[in-house]
Amino acid sequence: MSELLTKSAARNIFYGGSAFFFAIFLALSAHSHYYAVTKSTTAPITDSVERGKRIWEAKACFDCHTILGEGARFAPEVGDVFVRWGGDKDPKGAHQMIKDWMKSQPSNTPGRRQMPNFKLNDKELDDLANFLVWTSTINTQGWPPKKAN
Amino acid sequence: MRYESQKIAAWYWYGALLVFALQVTFGLIGGIVYVLPNFLSELLPFHSIRMLHTNALIVWLLLGFFGAAYYLIPEESEREIYSEKLAYIQLAIFMLGGVSAVVGYLFGVTASHGRSYLEQPLWIKFGIIVAALIFLFNISMTVLQGRKTAITNILLLGLWGIAIFFLFSLYNPANLVLDKMYWWYVVHLWVEGVWELVMASILAFLMMKMTGVDREVVEKWVYVIAATALFTGVLGTGHHYYWIGTPSYWQWIGSIFSSLEVVPFFAMVVFCFTMVWKGRRDHPNKAALLWSLGCSVLAFFGAGVWGFLHTLHGVNYYTHGTQVTAAHGHLAFFGAYVCLNLAIMSYAFPHLKNRAPYNQVLNMASFWLLSSGVTFMTVTLTFAGVVQTHLERVNGMSYMDAQSQLGFFYLMRLGAGIVTVVGALLFIYAVLVPRTKEAISPASAATAPAE
Ligand code: HEC
Ligand code: HEM
Ligand code: HEM
Ligand SMILES: [Fe+2]
Repeated sequence: MSELLTKSAARNIFYGGSAFFFAIFLALSAHSHYYAVTKSTTAPITDSVERGKRIWEAKACFDCHTILGEGARFAPEVGDVFVRWGGDKDPKGAHQMIKDWMKSQPSNTPGRRQMPNFKLNDKELDDLANFLVWTSTINTQGWPPKKAN
Repeated sequence: MRYESQKIAAWYWYGALLVFALQVTFGLIGGIVYVLPNFLSELLPFHSIRMLHTNALIVWLLLGFFGAAYYLIPEESEREIYSEKLAYIQLAIFMLGGVSAVVGYLFGVTASHGRSYLEQPLWIKFGIIVAALIFLFNISMTVLQGRKTAITNILLLGLWGIAIFFLFSLYNPANLVLDKMYWWYVVHLWVEGVWELVMASILAFLMMKMTGVDREVVEKWVYVIAATALFTGVLGTGHHYYWIGTPSYWQWIGSIFSSLEVVPFFAMVVFCFTMVWKGRRDHPNKAALLWSLGCSVLAFFGAGVWGFLHTLHGVNYYTHGTQVTAAHGHLAFFGAYVCLNLAIMSYAFPHLKNRAPYNQVLNMASFWLLSSGVTFMTVTLTFAGVVQTHLERVNGMSYMDAQSQLGFFYLMRLGAGIVTVVGALLFIYAVLVPRTKEAISPASAATAPAE
């Protein structure tokens, strides 16, 4: 890089170009925001779903699990657990399975990864299950690739 | 040390090194749990270990950046830091916040609206913001009243960006899709945006000091690197918007722009090596030079190569959320930001302590230990991730069954992790504990005066 590019030209390209790309990013973000609240899923975010999400956050479930592929990689993906457990055919049954799962932990199986018991009451378990049901309705562009069981 | 207030940096770095030791220790404990799942499962469950590990990483890297700013800004601006007192108040607030977070996590106290890396309770987040404001005020005043250079321009822009994007950590809506979208405003726009500006300016400072290459040349490079970083990194955020409920156009935008994110990292390798090549000076601080060159190369591999490995949406569809991501996360963070901090510390501590760069050999040994430890960890996790992807995402095996096939890789990762921890402790010893003479004196160490 000799005299082809002077320092002040480089500086101007940096400031101008960064502002340009940032503006495009903000415009696309605004559109994606709109898409997220209108198109990603049409299932309503009820108070119970929101409370369930806050339990997920307060108990830091994401520091073991992935949800939509993000978080920690120590425990199974939960974005699709409702569907994997048959929620599309038997919603009530899958909802109950999630609650029962939470109550049955830890497994205390030697040599198997452990999930703590969070001692949630019945209402909190319903909220948590409702949150996972809502999450399963998000259009994830076909991810994950295989619905494992 | 040419300016009295540069000594502030030492205090920030003592804090940083302490938290560095904690960070790798908690990483090691996490690595043990992967091998022996019942280890500590009641006392300190995995999620607590992980948040201690990742938060400690962010905290010490930031402490390191603050220290670097306090060290290099006086030399660049040719004046003392605006207020030493504010700098120490900032440090006290930041350390208090950090220590409270650690103690809280040990007892399971986290944010009610926590997210990965952002588990700090709200009042700690406010503390961090107050400390950041004090910091920005202090260094901005220093820069404004002193000589203005490209290095301080870009550094300041990067540091302001860090604070501004951190504000998005306060926004966590009930809608999971939006939550994730804005979470990446903090995480991605940090490490693949504004942190790269900090990296470019600190590396430029080090190169200028150690190779004696002309400021004009170095500063032009800084703008070019910063430009390629933001032109690609901002829209590159799209590589996280493939499968979280955002529109499908991100698959193309994300794939194209994030592939180009390799460019700034490659440019930093070329920059560092060209400067050393062209440099007239044979600087006696060989350890700092090794860390600086190592930083550019390992960042290129960790962020550039390992990032590209899974950034195309067709690949990411299969690897998303597997151990491949953890592999990349380790080498990228280590190469780019751990090495960067250790490079400036290796360069500056001898000046701050007013002695020749003693313990160079130990310091360089710690470079090789840490680098080979983290690289091997990354390689084993990559294998684990590829096998996991195949079993789970192609064959449709369940998560837990697939994991039970990966024990061997996790054992190897643990071994590499032990080497990493030993390397970290050796580094801390080498920079902090003075010696009167070098164990083995590096060739030609005394041929040129130190800057
Ligand atoms: C310390 C780590 C850890 C934490 C924290 C954790 N889990 Fe788990 N979770 C696990 C592990 C490990 C498994 C798999 C256990 C097994 O199969 O024996 C699991 C399994 C599950 C499953 C069944 C998934 C499947 O596909 O089989 C659900 C649902 C679940 N967890 C929900 C939660 C929720 C909700 C929280 C937060 C309140 C949470 N977990 C917190 C470790 C954790
Ligand atoms: C120094 C710079 C970088 C650092 C520190 C870094 C770090 C990380 C970390 C920690 C994650 C995991 C986030 C999480 O889910 O918790 C991640 C994810 C990812 N990174 Fe990077 N990264 C860097 C640069 C890059 C570059 C340049 C690319 C592309 C070329 C890239 C591509 C990706 C992709 C595609 C993911 C998502 C993985 C998934 O789908 O699970 N990264 N990065
Ligand atoms: C300087 C060195 C290190 C750096 C920069 C580092 C960085 C990181 C980062 C960024 C993450 C989160 C990324 C993700 O989840 O994908 C992480 C997670 C983790 N790290 Fe480290 N780490 C280091 C050392 C270690 C060591 C020595 C070990 C132990 C052997 C270790 C074990 C772990 C484990 C087990 C996780 C959790 C992975 C999961 O989510 O399942 N780390 N580390
Ligand atoms: Fe990214």
